Amino acid sequence: MTTPLPTAAAAADDLSKPPDRRRRRLLGLAAAAAALAVLVLLSLALGSKPLPIGEVAEALWRDNGDPRIIVVGQRLPRTVLAVLVGIALAVAGALMQGLTRNPLADPGLLGVSAGAALGVVLAVWLMPAAGPLLQVWAAFAGAVVTACAVFLIGSLGGRGRSPVTLVLAGVALGAVLQGLASTVVLLNANVFLTMRSWQAGSVADLGWRAVLTVAPFLAAGLLLAAFAARGLNAVALGEDLANALGANQWLTRIAVVAAVTLLCGSATAAIGVVWFLGMMVPHVARWITGPDQRWILAYSCLLGPSLMIAADVLGRVVVIPDEIPAGVVTAVIGAPVLIWMVRRRNASGL
Amino acid sequence: MLRAGERASSRTMLRVFAVTALLAVLAVCCAVIALGLGEMRVSAADVVRALVADAGPALETVIVQWRLPRVLLGLVFGLALGLSGAIFQSLTRNPLGSPDVIGFDAGAYSGAVLSIIAVSSTALVIPSALGGGIATALAVYLLAYRRGVHGFRLIVVGIAVTALLGSANTYLLLKANLWTAQMAAVWAAGSLNGLDWGDARNGIAVIAVLLVPLFWLGRRLRMLEMGDDAAAALGVAVEPVRLALVVVGVSLTAVVTALAGPIPFVALVAPQLARRLTRAPGVQLVPSAAMGALLLVSCDAVALNVPPQALPVGLMTIVLGGAYLVWLLVAQSRKEMR
Repeated sequence: MTTPLPTAAAAADDLSKPPDRRRRRLLGLAAAAAALAVLVLLSLALGSKPLPIGEVAEALWRDNGDPRIIVVGQRLPRTVLAVLVGIALAVAGALMQGLTRNPLADPGLLGVSAGAALGVVLAVWLMPAAGPLLQVWAAFAGAVVTACAVFLIGSLGGRGRSPVTLVLAGVALGAVLQGLASTVVLLNANVFLTMRSWQAGSVADLGWRAVLTVAPFLAAGLLLAAFAARGLNAVALGEDLANALGANQWLTRIAVVAAVTLLCGSATAAIGVVWFLGMMVPHVARWITGPDQRWILAYSCLLGPSLMIAADVLGRVVVIPDEIPAGVVTAVIGAPVLIWMVRRRNASGL
Repeated sequence: MLRAGERASSRTMLRVFAVTALLAVLAVCCAVIALGLGEMRVSAADVVRALVADAGPALETVIVQWRLPRVLLGLVFGLALGLSGAIFQSLTRNPLGSPDVIGFDAGAYSGAVLSIIAVSSTALVIPSALGGGIATALAVYLLAYRRGVHGFRLIVVGIAVTALLGSANTYLLLKANLWTAQMAAVWAAGSLNGLDWGDARNGIAVIAVLLVPLFWLGRRLRMLEMGDDAAAALGVAVEPVRLALVVVGVSLTAVVTALAGPIPFVALVAPQLARRLTRAPGVQLVPSAAMGALLLVSCDAVALNVPPQALPVGLMTIVLGGAYLVWLLVAQSRKEMR
């Protein structure tokens, strides 16, 4: 928001940037990290049995009975999972927005999560005995096919095209994949039972096993994302200018698709389809930092988990002792944001 | 000049007429074939004999009592969805402005789920589905309204509201017991399963009543397509006519949704396919209706007989219709690229 020409910033980044801007970005990053830390503490403390912060801290260091069981046994794994999923979806969203240059891109909205979900459903149906690792790989298979299809559709069409076309194609693709998944689910009561809780995007009761299953893939996806960030800055300049700068766009595209597949596939395999988080977070990040993809990704890594944990905590405290899944909360927050974005005069903004 | 234009116009009319007749004949053929399929295979000749003359009590029971209501409803619901889609696409002047895209289905489903969970029976499903659908369509329209309703804005608002309601439904089903949840899930997919002559009589009667005003409104809809000012100059009372069309369009979808659950994408696809086949300049009511009937009756026959276990027809239409929508958008983009 601070540069009049968003596309110019990337190329001229290190040379002409005023030093106070860098300091401001770093300060913002520190503030975001602090907010995330506070939210993590809240997530450990709040729930159907709220605990004082002192007891939470004590429970983390040594065995103090019930608080230890609640905090380390239940709230810590779900908090870590929420952090991982939040990072994954926010970074995946930022990458997709960067590559398609479409402000409405979101793993859920564009059907990539639906592809991953179809993979998981097929895995549960065809190989019910196989473990969660196979489900993760099946999710990758579904996600990579959908991501490629979405980006192919996104690369069609001339300049000045409405960003909505891609969203519509993605939503239609998602509807097809979801229809196929529903077909499988309705034909098998077993799959229905397994999928019912998973579809809602809840981080509760999954334990360390889910965390450990997806963590390595997330790490790999983040590394790829970091590698692709500079290339995405060139993509933002448009195809011709990026070629003139000598950027290897195909390498960037492949890295982005691979990263989105790893991030979105593992997040979906862990907790199901979560809408809108990947759309909202990069917008907030861009609003704070300006158009440099490296900063957007860094901020997304902190803001994404913050939003996910906030949604989880909110879902926990609104209907005590019941719980609303985090994915439901993000949809309730995200839908009005999407409506607000399309109601603005200019829906593009990238 | 005038005569050339007249000739072109009459050629278009001829083509529209021929295509519509062909679609109608195909739909009836599909219906006859569908009547013969099932546990007990019946040849087309025997089906026709059972329908028009006496063919013995066994055949009579299977064809007329058991299978006919479902197939008839397939035809009539398809017709209603095609008409409803044509009305909305014409009013919004956008191929994507059909009731399923703008959130009507999701709202109807939310209403149904709420009632199934609240009273744990399907007794109140029909009124609450209608209420939910109409309220959602209204909310989407109002949220998208900003100095007029721009087509794409309407659709994205519809997507957002659909996602919101979808999550809420998932949560509600999570809280329900397994049996209730599965009942709601089957209804959600849109199915002609379990519809008998009672449903068929009600459904067909209501849709027939809704068709009557369309004879009068249809011409005015064509005039509205030319723009509000032009239509007003031609003597159309724009706002009342538009309101009447919206009411008829919503009611047509609502009847189908209430009896069979949301059957997605027929309303979206039928008018577009019909328009491409007739090569007419705009969306037209009668060919869309014939196309809708053909689509629904053939999809239902496939969903019922091809998989090992009968599937809701809505899953069939969502997969086919969604694929068609993707193709439509891709084709549009490629045209713009050239």
